[in-house]
Amino acid sequence: MSTAEQNRRLVWKGGTAESTAKPPDNVGRIHIPDGLLGWIIPVGVLLAWERLASLGILPPNWLPAPTVVGKTIYQLAVAGDLLKHAGTTIARVAVGFLLGASAGTLFGGLTGYLPIARKLLDPSLQALRSVPSIAWVPLFLLWLGIQETSKIALISVGAFFPVYLNLSVAMRHVDPKLLEVGKLYRLSSFQMVRRLILPAVLPEYIVGLRSGLGLAWMFVVAAELLGASSGIGYLMVDGEMTGRAAVILASVILFAIFGKVTDWGMNAVGRRLLGHRAR
Amino acid sequence: MASDSFQKSGAVDIQITGKTFSGSKGTLLALKDILLTINPGEFVCIVGGSGCGKTTLLRIIAGLETEYEGAVFLDGKKLAGPGLDRGVVFQEHRLLSWLTVHDNVGFGLAGLSREERSRDVRRYIGLVGLDEFEYRYPHQLSGGMSQRVAIARALAARPEVLLLDEPFASLDALTRMRMQQEILRIWEAEQTTIVLVTHDIEEAVFLADRVVIMSPQPGTIRNILPVRLSRPRDRSDREFVRVRKLVHDELFAQNGMAHLAPDNF
Repeated sequence: MSTAEQNRRLVWKGGTAESTAKPPDNVGRIHIPDGLLGWIIPVGVLLAWERLASLGILPPNWLPAPTVVGKTIYQLAVAGDLLKHAGTTIARVAVGFLLGASAGTLFGGLTGYLPIARKLLDPSLQALRSVPSIAWVPLFLLWLGIQETSKIALISVGAFFPVYLNLSVAMRHVDPKLLEVGKLYRLSSFQMVRRLILPAVLPEYIVGLRSGLGLAWMFVVAAELLGASSGIGYLMVDGEMTGRAAVILASVILFAIFGKVTDWGMNAVGRRLLGHRAR
Repeated sequence: MASDSFQKSGAVDIQITGKTFSGSKGTLLALKDILLTINPGEFVCIVGGSGCGKTTLLRIIAGLETEYEGAVFLDGKKLAGPGLDRGVVFQEHRLLSWLTVHDNVGFGLAGLSREERSRDVRRYIGLVGLDEFEYRYPHQLSGGMSQRVAIARALAARPEVLLLDEPFASLDALTRMRMQQEILRIWEAEQTTIVLVTHDIEEAVFLADRVVIMSPQPGTIRNILPVRLSRPRDRSDREFVRVRKLVHDELFAQNGMAHLAPDNF
C-alpha cells in the first residue's frame, strides 16, 4: 500500500469516526432528560383515562376515573377504614416476614456453615420449595384455622425461601482465600463467622431479605383474598362483591405503595450497612 | 547480613522430607528432601518454574499446609499451624473489601488498646507510604497500592519472618520494579527475615541474599546461590547480569532442558 493510499484511508477513517461520534444536529429540538422519559407513558395514560372516564366512554363501574380512585382512598382514610385495614395488613406482613426471615437466616446460616447440615437439610428444603406456596393454603387453613395464624404461616413461607437460599449459597461461596487470611491470624470459629463470613455474605443476605419482603407482600394478598375479615386484601374482595371497582383499584394502589415503601426502606438500610464497599 | 552480631530472632530451619498431595488421580509427590536454613534477618528468594513446589514450601512455613513429613523450626521452636510470628503476603492482595485500609492493616492485631493499635497501624501504613489513603476502601486502590496494604497488614503484627508468595507477579512491570525497591527499603527498616517466592529470575537476583533454585517432579532444591552484590543493585551491572545468567542456567539445565533456554539471555 502506498503512502498516499494510507493517508487517504486515514482521512477517510477519520471522517467516519467524526460523523459517528457527533450526534445528529439537534438544534431546535426539545431535549428531554432521561429521568423524565419514563414518566411520559404513565402520565399520558392517566390523563387519557381521566378524560375518557369523564366523557363517559369508560363505564364508572368498570373503570372509574383516577380522581374517583383517589377520592375513594381519601374517603377510606377519613372514615378510619384505611388505618384499620392497612394496619392489619402491615402487621401481618411484619410478623410473617420476621418469622420467615428469622427461620431463613437460621437455616441458611446453618446449612451454609456446616456441610453436614446442608447435606441433611437442603434436599428436603429444596423439595418443599418446589411446591408452589399458595398450594399450602388449604392445609394451613385446615391445621391453623381461618384466623391470623394461617395467614402469618403462609407469609412466613414466602419470606423464608429467598432468605434461606441467598444466605446458604453465599456462605458456601465465601472466597476460601479470604478464609485463609483468618486462619493466618488464628481466628476462632466464632471470630471467623463474625469478622469474615458475615461481612462477606452481607450483600447477598440483603438481596435475600429484599426478595423475601417482596414475597411477603405477595402472599399477604393471597392470604387476605382467600378469607379475611379485615386487611387491604379483604377490601379488594369487598369491592368485588359490592361491585365497587374504585375500591379494588384503591387497594391495588395501596399495595403498590406499601410494597414500594418497605422495599425502599430495606434498600436504604442495606446501603447503610454496606457502607462504601464496591459492589 | 547482620546475623552474627547478636542473637537475633527469625531463624527458619526447614527439614521437610516429603509432602504429597493425594487427589482422584492418585498421589503427587510435591516436595522431597527440602533442607534449608535461613538466617535471622536474611532475604531469601525461592525461584522455580510452575509446579516445582515453591508455593507449597511457603505455605508449609506459613502453617497453611500441616500434612507433611518432616518439621519446620522458627527460632528453634517447631511450627504447627499458622501464627502471628509469620506474616504472609499472597499474589492476590486478599484485602477485605468492607474494611478501610486502616482496618485491614489492623485486622490481625489483638490484645492491644485502641490507641496502641491505631498507632501501630498508622506506623505501618506510613512505612508502605500510604498515609493519605488510610480511610480508603480496597476498591479505591490500584494493584500496587493494594499489595502495599497487604504488606503492611502482614508486618503489623511484628512477625519474625515475612513470607511473600509471588507478591508482585500480577503488577505491571514498572510498578513491580518500584515495589521491589520498596520491599528492600521495608526490609532494611524492619530487619525481619524475608522469604520471597518468585518465578522472576531478575527479581530474585535483585532482592536476595541467597537465591534458592528449585526443580520440579518432585519439588526439590537444586542449588542455592549466594548473591554477593552490594545494594542498591544495578540490573545492568556486569556482575548482576552474570549472577542472573548463573541462576538462569541452573534453572534451565535441569532435566536436560538447556536446549530450551533462550539464547543471548
